[in-house]
Amino acid sequence: MAKRRVIPGFGLSMGFSITYLSLIILIPLAALFIKAAGLGWAEWWNLLTTPRVIAATKLTFGASAAAASVSMVMGLLVTWVLVRYDFPGRRLLDAMVDLPFALPTAVAGITLTQIYAPNGWIGQYISQCASWIQTNYQPGGWLGGQVEDLAAKGAAYSPIGVFIALTFIGFPFVVRTLQPVMEDLGAEIEEAAATLGANRWIVFRRVILPLLVPALITGFTLAFARAIGEYGSVIFISGNLPMKTEILPLLIVAQLEQFKYEAAAVIASAMLLVSFALLFLINLLQRRLDWQHR
Amino acid sequence: MSISIKSINKTFGNYAALENISLEVPNGSLTALLGPSGSGKTTLLRIVAGLEFSDPGEGRILFHGEDVSETPAGKRGVGFVFQHYALFRHMTIAENIAFGLSVLPRSLRPAKAEIHARISELLKLVKLEGLDKRRPHELSGGQRQRVALARALAIQPKVLLLDEPFGALDAQVRKSLRRWLRVFHDEIGLTTLFVTHDQEEALELADQVVVMRNARIEQVGKPQEIYDHPRSPFVYEFLGNVNKLSASNGSHRYIRPHEIEIAFAAEYNPETDRLAKIDHLFSAGPVATLSVRLDDGQFLEVEISRKQLDELALDPGDEVSIRIMDSSKSGV
Repeated sequence: MAKRRVIPGFGLSMGFSITYLSLIILIPLAALFIKAAGLGWAEWWNLLTTPRVIAATKLTFGASAAAASVSMVMGLLVTWVLVRYDFPGRRLLDAMVDLPFALPTAVAGITLTQIYAPNGWIGQYISQCASWIQTNYQPGGWLGGQVEDLAAKGAAYSPIGVFIALTFIGFPFVVRTLQPVMEDLGAEIEEAAATLGANRWIVFRRVILPLLVPALITGFTLAFARAIGEYGSVIFISGNLPMKTEILPLLIVAQLEQFKYEAAAVIASAMLLVSFALLFLINLLQRRLDWQHR
Repeated sequence: MSISIKSINKTFGNYAALENISLEVPNGSLTALLGPSGSGKTTLLRIVAGLEFSDPGEGRILFHGEDVSETPAGKRGVGFVFQHYALFRHMTIAENIAFGLSVLPRSLRPAKAEIHARISELLKLVKLEGLDKRRPHELSGGQRQRVALARALAIQPKVLLLDEPFGALDAQVRKSLRRWLRVFHDEIGLTTLFVTHDQEEALELADQVVVMRNARIEQVGKPQEIYDHPRSPFVYEFLGNVNKLSASNGSHRYIRPHEIEIAFAAEYNPETDRLAKIDHLFSAGPVATLSVRLDDGQFLEVEISRKQLDELALDPGDEVSIRIMDSSKSGV
């Protein structure tokens, strides 16, 4: 006899879940891979190894990882302030964190471009700063190229612009995953550590931070995944220069506009596979770092 | 090491948590801070630990004559045990116990082997040998509280402070851990101050009981002393069951349930006794509790041995004669 369950309706709810997941995730993804399979292996390889695709891949994953990392650190700081201190306007600040979720990404992109363009509010100072570095230190190589870009174009229309847009949209994920965990920590473990002679820094590093690590990584993963797929905000600020500031989603759209549906599906499939592999690895890493699973 | 608490005041906003508290905790004693919630006992303990600071002014905390009022918690050398253990759940039991030693500056930190030896010694002391590699969530409540105690003792504190140490445990564990703590205290002889709202716990465990109420100390003394000579109606009522009997002139008399004798109505002596009617009978256990109604309508709770109840063969509704024994205190 089958094991009796206390909560009824397992068959029905499970069936519904699978149907729903199939409809909204599995079937569209399967369609994508079937479309991509219309091209042979050789064509796949040729398409994916074109310099333009490789450059876009590097930019997409690189900028996403960098943006998610910065979001993780800054998110930790902001969450700390929101959870640990009571000050006038705290609730307002708390609500503000969600704005990047609500704002249409195109609006965010256009606004960021305005601000970071060479004549924008922040962009002009970045531009001046970069010019100063250029004349006084004349950095060469990759760094020199970046500085030259910044001097000429502010932070917009460069990989740094892409990074800024991705930081903007990824930030709330870190705060929202970290907040409930930090609220649950309670004062007692810190007081216990304090009576045992630990100073503030040791309490943070050895007692608080380890307990936050799982949530931090989850926040990073969400921000990272969101950044990889981000389109709307990036295309405005990046300027979409082939080989320089093109991101993968943009390349896919470009293929579609030329009616190369298979090529678009191939890039999308490859992107999906790489994302899946990376997310899976992060998941493994999280399990290793998580004290609950050791 | 003795603890001297001198005229401590503490307010939170408009609320006075402690009002002019002075107390001496003798060297090597086990002292209980007993009181209902909101009486200020935990706040007082936290001020002694340095987790809270008293209002600026004359208030002083001295450890063996040395003023520690301005010393932060980490430098006071106190072992503090929390009601909900406050163990570091991402660390093993050994890492928890070693924490206080591992955060010492390098010059003062014992060598690895020495820390290791200290952990084994402490685990043995709290009867948890072999659990060093476990994590807190794998242990029972009683075991966790003993780990917390070992962790507090690892830094070789000058005084031990326990905040409702058995409050989160179930009745059986609480009782056995209580007895164990008494024996343990006598072995190590560390000055210990603990907070409890359980009068039975305080009376059974402590050398000295401090009864607190509404931010003030109500009475200080040995358990027996406080039980036998309560200085106020509050202390009388707080230390176990008591009957409050009103006289016709408006005065009150307090009588403990075991200080009342009961007999057949036929033995009634108008000089010393009163007539009463049995209202309820609870006879599960070695002591039977009777609720009786006096002729003037007041209720009294009476405790007699089960044996006596069986001999008298009483039932609810029966008339009985009641005599209040001389040992009881009257007219507070």
